[in-house]
Amino acid sequence: MIEKTLKGKPAYWIWLAILGALIAIGWACYFRQYAFGLGLTGMSRDVSWGLYISQFTFLVGVAAGGLMLVLPYYIHNYKAFARITILGEFLAISALVMCLMFIMADLGQPLRGLNVIFFPTPHSMLFWDMCVLWGYLLLNVLCGWVILTAERKQVPPPKWIYIFVAISIPFAVSIHTVTAMLYCGLPGRHFWLSAIIAPRFLASAFAAGPSLILIACLVMRKYADFDAGKEAISKLTTIIMYAVIINTFFFLLEFFVGYYSEVPGHIHSLQYLFFGLEHNGEVYNNLVPFMWVATLFNFTGLGILAYMKIFKVFDYRLVGTAAVLIFLALWTDKGLGFVFAGFVPNPLEEVTEYIPTLNELGITIGVWATGFFLLTLLYKIAIGVEHEVEQ
Amino acid sequence: MMDNKRRKFLKMAGATVLAGISAPAIVKLSSTDAVASGGGQEAAAGGHSQSAAGASSARIRLGMVVDMRVFYQDQALLDVAIEACVKAHNIPEIPDRKSEIKWIWKTGYENAFPEHSHNHRSQILEHNQFAVLCNHCDNPSCVKACPTKATFVVEKNGIVAMDFHRCIGCRFCMAACPFGARSFNWQDPRPFIKRYNPDFPTRMRGVVEKCNFCGERLALGLEPACVEACKGTGALVFGDLNDADSEIRKVLDEEFTIQRKPSAGTIPSVFYIV
Repeated sequence: MIEKTLKGKPAYWIWLAILGALIAIGWACYFRQYAFGLGLTGMSRDVSWGLYISQFTFLVGVAAGGLMLVLPYYIHNYKAFARITILGEFLAISALVMCLMFIMADLGQPLRGLNVIFFPTPHSMLFWDMCVLWGYLLLNVLCGWVILTAERKQVPPPKWIYIFVAISIPFAVSIHTVTAMLYCGLPGRHFWLSAIIAPRFLASAFAAGPSLILIACLVMRKYADFDAGKEAISKLTTIIMYAVIINTFFFLLEFFVGYYSEVPGHIHSLQYLFFGLEHNGEVYNNLVPFMWVATLFNFTGLGILAYMKIFKVFDYRLVGTAAVLIFLALWTDKGLGFVFAGFVPNPLEEVTEYIPTLNELGITIGVWATGFFLLTLLYKIAIGVEHEVEQ
Repeated sequence: MMDNKRRKFLKMAGATVLAGISAPAIVKLSSTDAVASGGGQEAAAGGHSQSAAGASSARIRLGMVVDMRVFYQDQALLDVAIEACVKAHNIPEIPDRKSEIKWIWKTGYENAFPEHSHNHRSQILEHNQFAVLCNHCDNPSCVKACPTKATFVVEKNGIVAMDFHRCIGCRFCMAACPFGARSFNWQDPRPFIKRYNPDFPTRMRGVVEKCNFCGERLALGLEPACVEACKGTGALVFGDLNDADSEIRKVLDEEFTIQRKPSAGTIPSVFYIV
């Protein structure tokens, strides 16, 4: 099936070339970082995780979001998702590859990465995260490939694969739950020390993943002669809408707990994110504009989707706009704010702000480009097979 | 009297170190290599699990009392203690705050004790700097977080140690520590070492480090460098918290002491008289 990636329109090759260039930039930046150390990033003693870990956290969610297609299609036999379920599985593969690359980019001693396997440590959540991420990656590769191969041969997929499909469902939940547990089990980090982190992560994942699939569907509808179908798209927007509502509700609960109880530890990070944190006469607020733009995007996206549902309107431009706004809002929430604000203030109640360096941005963009490169190839295969079957 | 007690402790500490290693033939190797490198070889010798000699010797839990009353009188003494640590452990002096490496350092009262802080602090608390270091917790969250056991509790004395050669540099321990006691080598630290001490290994970039309660010095029968620097003042009292007759227990029995962030549940081994 891989041969499907070798034939394409000029737009396909131009897109791959752009991604390839970004990947090259990423590698060049990574070699610089590898030679010097993580000091080339904006991370510090106080903010010891930055963009790499925050992107990792967000992308675990994107990977888990594929569940919102797998579950209706395989468990509830929802036929409208027949054409796009494979997109969810392939998105999970690309997102997980990005996750693993971001972890490697973040390690101070990447060559020692296998120590996690040589000295397995069950009391460390990072160990379990490694297990579930690899498990989910392999499950998606297996299920995606076997089912697509069967589709190409126009035979029903072998029965045994459904066992793995079923296993992949709790795995999808587990990858994001365990990723939340990296944060919510740490004493002394009040912003993260909240039982609602895992549910919040899942809610935002079930909106972010389908949003990206939706965007991909619209792009492929325009450029790749692939129509996911109005019903599937419409159902996706419903799923996204409810997930965003639940996520927003959970987030607001954090606000209530902080600002009503007025326990300082519960307020500080939220204050830093949304209003700026005053400390020793100085106001620290470099994330404030991002968070308010994200809030605006979140509610605008939600408004568009609600408008479409209430007034029974369907318009691809509206769908696309809402999906992009929501994806960006959720990315800002989890891919920036959540991780960075957890370190503010530090355990000694000092404030250090984090600003990524250009080199760090280069690596980050490089990893994203790698993920999209892989995603493009996988989707090319999936669509190629569907076109072949249709002929 | 006090010195006598300290001598008694040291004798005991030395004895346990020897007992922990069990075979006298490797004592020499261990006292320089194993403990000095933060326990790398100790790990191989059973440092992670119950040590072979653990059954015969009662478990020791090392701790420290920081008597701030002494430092109020002599703030320069704290600098001397910090300096001794920097020298003993080849700690790089990096000017950029972002990349600092700190094992024991000074900070304000509200920074050291945010949970004990309020609006009407005494002038003494307001105008003095407090010594902060790794608390060598009984229930360390950093050890729980580490995915490779590169940081671990030394069973025979309760020290939270680091294996610099196993650390992958994921910095999960830094996120987990509620005391901000851990530093990461964001770059090669060696050019920033002012006076090189050949008795202690330097670190490479990409690993985490922190106070090790001078495990390498204890193995030689010496006191921790900071304690030695404050010798005779009683500013830093070091000893076995599990020994009812130890000097540190006597101080703890007599004085009102507080700890940093007891609510984090990590059970620190460092106490403060403020």
